[in-house]
Order: sequence, then C-alpha cells, then structure tokens
Amino acid sequence: MTATISTTSVTPTRRRRRSARLSPLLVAFVLVPFLVESIWVFWPALQGFWFSLTRWDGMSPPAFVGADNYVELAGDATFRGALVNTVIWLVLFGGLSVLGGFGMALVLQKERRGVGFYRAALFTPVVFSLVVTALVWRVFYQPDGIADTLLRAVGLEQLIRPWLADPQTALYAVILPALWRQIGYVMVLFLAGLKAIDPALHEAARMDGANSWQRLRHVTIPQLKGVNAVVLSVIVIDSLRSFDIVWSLTKGGPYHSSELLSTYMYSTAFQSLRLGYASAIAVVIFVLALAVILGYLVRAFREEA
Amino acid sequence: MNKLRTGAFHTGMILLSLLWLGPVIWVVVMSTRSFDDIAAHGVGSLPRSFTLDTYRQAWTDGGELRALINSMLVTVPSVLLSLGLAAMAAFALSRFRIPGRRTILLLMLAGNLLPPQILLIPVAKFSELTGLYDTLWALIAVQVGFGLGFYTFVLHGFMRDLPGEIQEAATIDGAGTAQIFTKVMLPLTRPALAALGALSFTWIFNDLLWAITVLRTDDNMPVTPALLGLQGQFVSSWNVIAAGTVIAAVPTVAVFLRFQRHFVSGLALGAVK
Repeated sequence: MTATISTTSVTPTRRRRRSARLSPLLVAFVLVPFLVESIWVFWPALQGFWFSLTRWDGMSPPAFVGADNYVELAGDATFRGALVNTVIWLVLFGGLSVLGGFGMALVLQKERRGVGFYRAALFTPVVFSLVVTALVWRVFYQPDGIADTLLRAVGLEQLIRPWLADPQTALYAVILPALWRQIGYVMVLFLAGLKAIDPALHEAARMDGANSWQRLRHVTIPQLKGVNAVVLSVIVIDSLRSFDIVWSLTKGGPYHSSELLSTYMYSTAFQSLRLGYASAIAVVIFVLALAVILGYLVRAFREEA
Repeated sequence: MNKLRTGAFHTGMILLSLLWLGPVIWVVVMSTRSFDDIAAHGVGSLPRSFTLDTYRQAWTDGGELRALINSMLVTVPSVLLSLGLAAMAAFALSRFRIPGRRTILLLMLAGNLLPPQILLIPVAKFSELTGLYDTLWALIAVQVGFGLGFYTFVLHGFMRDLPGEIQEAATIDGAGTAQIFTKVMLPLTRPALAALGALSFTWIFNDLLWAITVLRTDDNMPVTPALLGLQGQFVSSWNVIAAGTVIAAVPTVAVFLRFQRHFVSGLALGAVK
C-alpha cells in the first residue's frame, strides 16, 4: 500500500494548469462520461427508490402508496426466506471463497515446479460465465450423473437424491458451483497482495525465531490489510448481486428453497409484474450493500487524500 | 522428510486441479457422445461413441451462431466505448485541477458498485420509453453506463502515477489537450487499457442479468442467455447442450489465453491499488 506516498501532490516539476483555464474540451472529457453514467445509473437508481413507494403494474401509471410495500415485505414469508438464504449465501459463499482463495494463495505463492499449472487449473473457471458454470454442474448433479456415480463407487447409495430438486439440498447444491468459480478469482487477488509484501519482514521475523504460524499471524495478515478490505468489499457486493448461477440452476426453487433476494426481486418484477413491490426488495438489497460500499469508499477516499 | 512434503504437496494439488478441471473435461467429452450412448449408459458413464454432429445441431438448430453474432455485436462496441469514455474522464480528472474531481471520481465508482437490482426496472422502462427496448443498442448503452465508473477509477489510479514531465514537455512543444491525450497519455496507459479490455470483454460477454432485462426476443439474445434457452430446447439431449456450452465458453477462454498476463494483472489492479 504505497499509495499514501504517491506523486499526486506538490512535486516542483509538475505545475498544473490553474483551474481558471479549464478548456471546454476538458469539461467535455468529464461531462460526457458522467452524463452517460447519469442517464443509465444515477437517474435510474433515484427512480428505483421512488418506485418502491408505489403500486405499479407497468401498464397504468404508478400509484403512490407510501410505505405499504415495506409493510407487506415485513409479513412476506417468501421474502423472509430469501433474506435468510441471502445471509447463508453471504456467509458460506463469501466466507468459504475467501478462506479457500487465501489458503490456495498461501500454498501456491512460492514459485516452484508445477505451481503455474496448479494456479491455471484453479483459475480456469473464472473465465466462464455463470451460465456455463451452471450447465457444467448440471451434468454433475443429474440423476445417474457424476455425483451419483461417485457416491455409488464408494458405497454411499443411500445419500443419493435429486440434488437440485430437493428443497433441503438445492441452496447448497447451487453454492458449490459458485464457489468452484470464485475461489480462483480470490486466489489471484491474494497472490497479488502476497507478492507486494517485503520479504525482509519475513526474514526479520525468522531471525527473531518466529515459526511459520506466527509469521502468518503477525507479518502476512497485517501486511495484507489493504487487500483484505478490498477482497471483503468485493465478496460482499458479489454475494448480494449473485443471480446468474441461481437463475440458471433452480430459478430460486423448489418452493423458494434456493431463493435469494436478487432472484425474488427479478421474478416479482418481470414475471409477477409487481414493479413497485420488486423495487422495495431492490431497496433492501441496496441498503445491505450500502454499508459495505461506504466502508470501501471511505477507504478509497483516505487513499486519494 | 523434505521429499515427503514435496510429494504430499503435489499429490494434494493434482487432486485439487482434477476437481477443478474434471467437470470441464467431462463436458467437453460429453459433447462428442451420441444421443443413444448417453441414453443407454447415462451422463456419468465413460464415452463409447464419438460424433461432432452435436456441434452442428447447437450451431444451427440451436441458434448459437445467431447468438454469438449478437454477443459480438454487443461486446466489442461496449468494450471500446466504455474504455474510451473512461480514459477521457480519467485523463481529465487525474492530470488537471478539475474542481470537485475527487467527488466526481468516487461518485462514478459508487455507481458501478450499486447492486444492479435497483436499476433493473427503471432501465427496462427507460429503454421502452426511448424505443430501445429489445434492441442490442439498449444492452450496449446499459453495459457502457454501468461499467464506466470502475474503469474510470482504475485508469485514474494508473494515469495519476505517470510522471508529469512528459506532459510538461508536450505542452511546451505546443501540443493541445487533445493531442496530449491521444499521443502521450493513451500510449502510456496501454498496459492498463489492455488489462481492462480483457476483463471487460469477459464480463460483458458473460452477462446474463442485463440481457434478460432489456431484451425479450430469442433472436436478439446474446450467447449467455441463449444457452439457457438451449437447455429448454434440447431437454434431454445432454450432448447437444454440452456442445452449446463449449461453444459459449470458447470466446472468453480465447481472450483469456491471448491476454493472460494482462487479465490477471487487471484483476489485481482493482484490488491492490
């Protein structure tokens, strides 16, 4: 994290133009991209909040109903289930991908024979879309597919079940492929972070008689502080956004057992056509993500300063 | 002792690599099996047949060709437009004293971090209003708008750290702002642009949610949502679905292999900055 002593501020060789002489071209350079983002992101986001206070079927104009949608959400069992599933998703998918990615980065950080291949193997799924990932794993979960064949091979036939169609296993059967794709991605982030740590620190700790566990605990992890903050933000945001993999495998079923807030929002909006109610679900997702993003931005702000 | 540890390391890692590559290899193998073979022995069995007709079926009957063309028509312009706009904004915000530049930058980044769910309904309605709904233009516009903030943030971090002397010298030589941007800054920013290009290509090509929000007709669907349709069309023809999956994965794998180093450094760019 060297950003705090970067070359942004007052180096005598770099005189900036006075702001009084901003050319129209420069203004356009900032304004055009900003306007594009305003039209497709900022303005729609504000509308989204407004729609959450309305009843709207998309045909007739939206009717203002105040906080009715939110009151209804509080008593909506499907919503509560989706909220619980989203938290489970956040903890399991998020937690395990960080642990798995960090573990893999530690194991594969030293350049030695075969490491390049192992890294590439773990990274391969990252370039697939989640729909491709879903189809790859569908084969795995098929009745008489790979999972069942493997279980038979080790004599555990009694465990066999329709993995994606059983309400008790559907959510976990979807988390697995999501993890399979995410771990390589998190590993790459941590590998970059580990590379940036000064080896002298480890040398010094070794001289002081620290064993490898102590070095990890007192040198590596504190040094990764910046990377950890970013990885955590990325993972939480990714978890709350997760949609593709669930939609491709189960559409949130059976009986909403793998429903996340994101899939419930989508089906409420574009299948039940309850646009106001769906907007309220979206606002809940936004509020959950906001805490994380604020943390991320506060950090970015401090770095920029 | 050390030999033992090395052995254990490689054994463990080879098993893990198999766990990661196994499903992929399985799907590739399955895409070359005949329907009768799979029907008779199941998807979990070893192959006893070889055919490439599955690819023809997915390509023509399954509409994958059409879908791939749509994907390219959306992805290539979206990547070029969003990187171009992001480079402009990053250049102005990082090299000139624009009032409120930090706030503008962080606001733009925040836009990309928003959960897309809050935008889906307004964006769908806005594209209906402008007559763009169910056209590839709508998808290009929303991909550019939504991606811009992040690319601007990363490019800003990169351009900010370039030495000021080059710009000074160019200014003294009488180069205008536009020339400094195109002749000096863009060439220097090439590594970051390549990294973001590889990344954004993959993201946009792989997107599902925006596509099924602003598009409705099957003929307009890019390859990622079309793959879901293929599943419905060839319900039990696992070999054709597998072939379609392979076809849909090839372009991003190709981009990754071609820009491997950039790709990984791009992922790290956003994180370690």
